[in-house]
Amino acid sequence: MGIEILGLPMMYYIAMVAKVLVAFVFVLLTVAYATYAERKIIGHMQVRLGPMRTGWHGLLQPIADGLKLFFKEEIIPAQANKFAFLVAPLIALIPAFITFAVIPFGGVIEVAGYKIPLQIAAYYDTAAGQVYDVNVGVLYILAMSSLGVYGIVLAGWASNSKYSLMGGLRASAQMISYELAAGLCIIAVFMLSGTLSLTKIVELQSGMGGFDWYLFKQPLAAFMFFICSLAEINRTPFDLPEAETELVSGFCTEYSSMKYAMFFMAEYANMVTVSAITVTLFLGGWNGPLTAAMPLLGPVYFIAKVYFLIFVCMWIRATLPRYRYDQLMHLGWKVFIPLALVNIVVTGIIGYFL
Amino acid sequence: MNPITPIINGMAITLKHMFMKPVTLQYPDERPKVAERFRGLHGLKVSHSKAKCVACYLCPTVCPAKCITVEAGEDANHDKYATVYEIDMLRCIFCGYCVEACPVDALKMTGEFELANYSRQDFIYSKERLLEKQ
Repeated sequence: MGIEILGLPMMYYIAMVAKVLVAFVFVLLTVAYATYAERKIIGHMQVRLGPMRTGWHGLLQPIADGLKLFFKEEIIPAQANKFAFLVAPLIALIPAFITFAVIPFGGVIEVAGYKIPLQIAAYYDTAAGQVYDVNVGVLYILAMSSLGVYGIVLAGWASNSKYSLMGGLRASAQMISYELAAGLCIIAVFMLSGTLSLTKIVELQSGMGGFDWYLFKQPLAAFMFFICSLAEINRTPFDLPEAETELVSGFCTEYSSMKYAMFFMAEYANMVTVSAITVTLFLGGWNGPLTAAMPLLGPVYFIAKVYFLIFVCMWIRATLPRYRYDQLMHLGWKVFIPLALVNIVVTGIIGYFL
Repeated sequence: MNPITPIINGMAITLKHMFMKPVTLQYPDERPKVAERFRGLHGLKVSHSKAKCVACYLCPTVCPAKCITVEAGEDANHDKYATVYEIDMLRCIFCGYCVEACPVDALKMTGEFELANYSRQDFIYSKERLLEKQ
């Protein structure tokens, strides 16, 4: 560890690049196979088989889909705003992925005598003997998830088509109203944790053999946060921005080829991200039994919990029909926001007297 | 009304269905079981190694789609038989009236349902193609 760049050992940079690569590739693979899993799970819930013919039990289906979309014709509508039209899928996709920078997916592991915290935007200060991460991680997540809406609104506007525009408008109205409720649910977590750093929030949930989750202290907030997150990423039953029955395909009506694939990936990446955030805030992150003895169990627990929540997303999609627009707004403004506010007040009162 | 229980009930049902045996038939690999009285492609019955049909013209008469062409001829024993017996499968509505009308029980409907072809001419099934396989 002789070489130092900008006052940090060489190992820091190697670990950083490795973490970024591993996390990114892992999320990409999860996104690809989430599409497969979704079709399989919903298929079986409808007593069908789902994809079966591409590879063993359809396992190569995501690759086939990707190849197909890659070779599809690229169509840009003549009256579209070309720059915005091209940049919109990127704006939708990137925030979905960079949110992962602050999510801790494991404890501190030791490689060749150098301690690496399993969280991309974090490092272990050997002199101080503690982990430093983004101390406003939750704010960063909120900021990035709000950025995602720009991609959809831009796509809707730049397409110069009425269906796209209506999809974009619905998306913006929906995301803004549900973000409020989701933010208020997170406040209840801050009130318990007293910190915005995700590493600390996960550490605080490590008691009782790794089962001291905020889910048990804040069940209402956890439940509402998950539902609001579903609404924020336009998953069924809140997929009004791309309601096929009314809006053709909503904001991505005019998109084809890889740009459509990017919206598709953004949707699934958002689902993975939202599940990861919910796990971090409410389901104890990477905590579980025996993580202290075996730090590598941390990522395993984290992945298991995230996959479980992704399964729940698909399960909900297989069960519930789409909400009507007025029902959606009613649920957001008249049910979730008041409930979240009451939850904050109750948490405050209990916190003050305990 | 309480909005939570219907959602939970629905989720329970979908979860239960996930563990049921899928009803999908992997078609080209697995064959469907065709019902006994299924009305598929016609077959001309054979008896004593020749078609039972006596070319009485009842089937083209009763046919609502007018898809059967019969031409009668006389064989060495002075028996009437069909020199031409064609069914145009593009016009046929598979009603089975021809089978009902046949006085000598020379016609039947088989379970054969894969009737796709490459040219329109191939849909006109001649007597040789309709004769049941021995």
